[in-house]
Amino acid sequence: MNRRSFLKQLLSFLAVSGGILGGWLRGGAAKAAAADEAKKTLYGFGVSVDKCIGCARCVVACKTENDVPREPYFYRTWVERYVIRKDGTTAVNNIDMGSADDAPPPSDKNVLRSFFVPKLCNQCENPPCAQVCPVGATFKTDDGVVLVNAKTCIGCRYCIQACPYGARYLHPATQTADKCTFCYHRLHKDLLPACVEVCPTQARVIGDLNSGASPMTRFRRMNKIFVLKPNLNTEPKVLYANMDGEVR
Amino acid sequence: MSFMKNVVQKVPDALVRLLVVFLVLIVGTVLVVKFVIPRPFKDMKLQWEETTKREMAKGVKYAGATACAECHPEIVKLKKGGYHRDLSCETCHGPSKEHTEDPDKTRPPAPRDRKFCPLCHTFNPSRPRGFPMINPVAHNPMKPCVTCHSPHDPKPPNVPHECAACHGEIARTVAVSQHVQLKCTTCHQVPAGHRVSPRTVKPSKPSTREFCGKCHAKESTVKGTPKVDLGSHGEKYVCWQCHYPHLPEVQ
Repeated sequence: MNRRSFLKQLLSFLAVSGGILGGWLRGGAAKAAAADEAKKTLYGFGVSVDKCIGCARCVVACKTENDVPREPYFYRTWVERYVIRKDGTTAVNNIDMGSADDAPPPSDKNVLRSFFVPKLCNQCENPPCAQVCPVGATFKTDDGVVLVNAKTCIGCRYCIQACPYGARYLHPATQTADKCTFCYHRLHKDLLPACVEVCPTQARVIGDLNSGASPMTRFRRMNKIFVLKPNLNTEPKVLYANMDGEVR
Repeated sequence: MSFMKNVVQKVPDALVRLLVVFLVLIVGTVLVVKFVIPRPFKDMKLQWEETTKREMAKGVKYAGATACAECHPEIVKLKKGGYHRDLSCETCHGPSKEHTEDPDKTRPPAPRDRKFCPLCHTFNPSRPRGFPMINPVAHNPMKPCVTCHSPHDPKPPNVPHECAACHGEIARTVAVSQHVQLKCTTCHQVPAGHRVSPRTVKPSKPSTREFCGKCHAKESTVKGTPKVDLGSHGEKYVCWQCHYPHLPEVQ
C-alpha cells in the first residue's frame, strides 16, 4: 500500500463513519429534546362562556387569594357583561364584584342577546408585556406562565399600556405592575386557582396543555375553541369555548 | 521597526494621555461590572428563578374542596347527590385554609340570609338559559332561603303539582279560551320526571290531525264541540298551524 492509497482510504473511512456517528448523535438528541418538550408542563386555561352566570365569585376569590385591592379597576380577573342590541350596538360593562343589577330588563325588546365573559391574563406565548419591559421584570416561566418580578419592577406602566387585553394594573401598595399568575403558588401545591375552585358552574377549567389526559385536553377536544384577538399573534393560553363573535 | 517608532513619536502627548485615561476608564468599568456588582443584580435568569421560587412560596387562603371531606364526610356525601354537587364548599363558606389548620380558631361563615343565594339565583337576562333563577322580590319575600331549601341538597321543597305554577302564561290563556274545561293531561302526557328535571324530561304533545279529530271530526261522538270534515278542512296542514290549542278560536 502506498501513501496515496492509504490516505485516500483513511479519508473515506473517516467521512463515512463520521457521517453515521453524527447522524446517530443528532437523531438521538432531537428525540430526547422532543420527549422533553412533550413532558414539560404547559399550563392552559379554559373558559366556557355559555356557562358563566356572572355571579363574580371568581373576582371575589381572586381578590382574597392574591391580596388585590377591593376597589374597582384593580383586577387580576374580571367579568364583563355584553349586551348586543338590535341596532347593532354592543355595550360592554364590568360587573365588578357581583352587582349585575343594572342588567337590561327582560321587557327590553331591543336586546338581541346578552351574556357574561370572564377575563383574565391570557399568559401569551408571545407576551407583548415582556417584550416592552425595560428592566426585564416580566418574563415567561418554563410552564408557560408570565410572571412579574416585583423586586426589579420600576412601575413605569409600559407593560400596562402594551397588554392588548388590559390584564395588568399597577398595585397601589407596592407601585409595581401586577396581574393574574394562574395562582402559580396554588398550582405548585396541586391546588386549583382560586377562581376555578369557587366557580359554581365549572365555567373555568385549568390543566396541562401537553398532557394526554388533563381537563384542558378534554376541554380542547370537546369544544370549539376561540382565543381573544388572534390577529395579534400573541398566542394566548386562555382558550374560550362557545364565545360570541362580538367579544373583543 | 523604525517606521513604528516614527508613528509613535508623531502622536501628540495630549492624545496619548487621553488614550490612557480612556483605557483606565474602560478597564475599570469592565472590572466593576465583572467583580464588584453581585451576580443576581445583572443575571436576569437568576432574578427570574428567584421570582418563580418567591411566587411558589406564597401562602394559600382557599384550602380546596378535597380538604373539607376529611372532617365533614356526611355533608360532602349529601352534597354529592344534589344539584350543588359540583359546587366547591368555599364558594359559599369563603376561604377556609385557616380553618383546616386550626378548626376551632376560625370558623368559616355560613351565609343564611337572603342576600347570598340571589347572587347566583336572581333572574338576570344575561345568564344562560336553564339556570335556576327566581325574582327575589316576588319569591317568598323576607323568608331566608334556608327555611325551604337545604343549601347542601337544594331542590324545591314541594314540587308544584299544578301545571300553572310554572306555566302561568299558558294557564291564563287557556282560562279565557273554549278549552278552559280541559285538563292539561287531556292533550299532554307528563312523565313524573318532568317535575324534577323540567328541561330534560319533557311532556308529550299531540302530533296528528286525528288527535284533534277525536273531538272535532264530523264522526266524533263528543257533544258540544265544533265539528269539521277532516277530509276537506285544512287539507295538508296540521290543526295547530291555524288554531293555537291553548286559545283555539279561529283568528
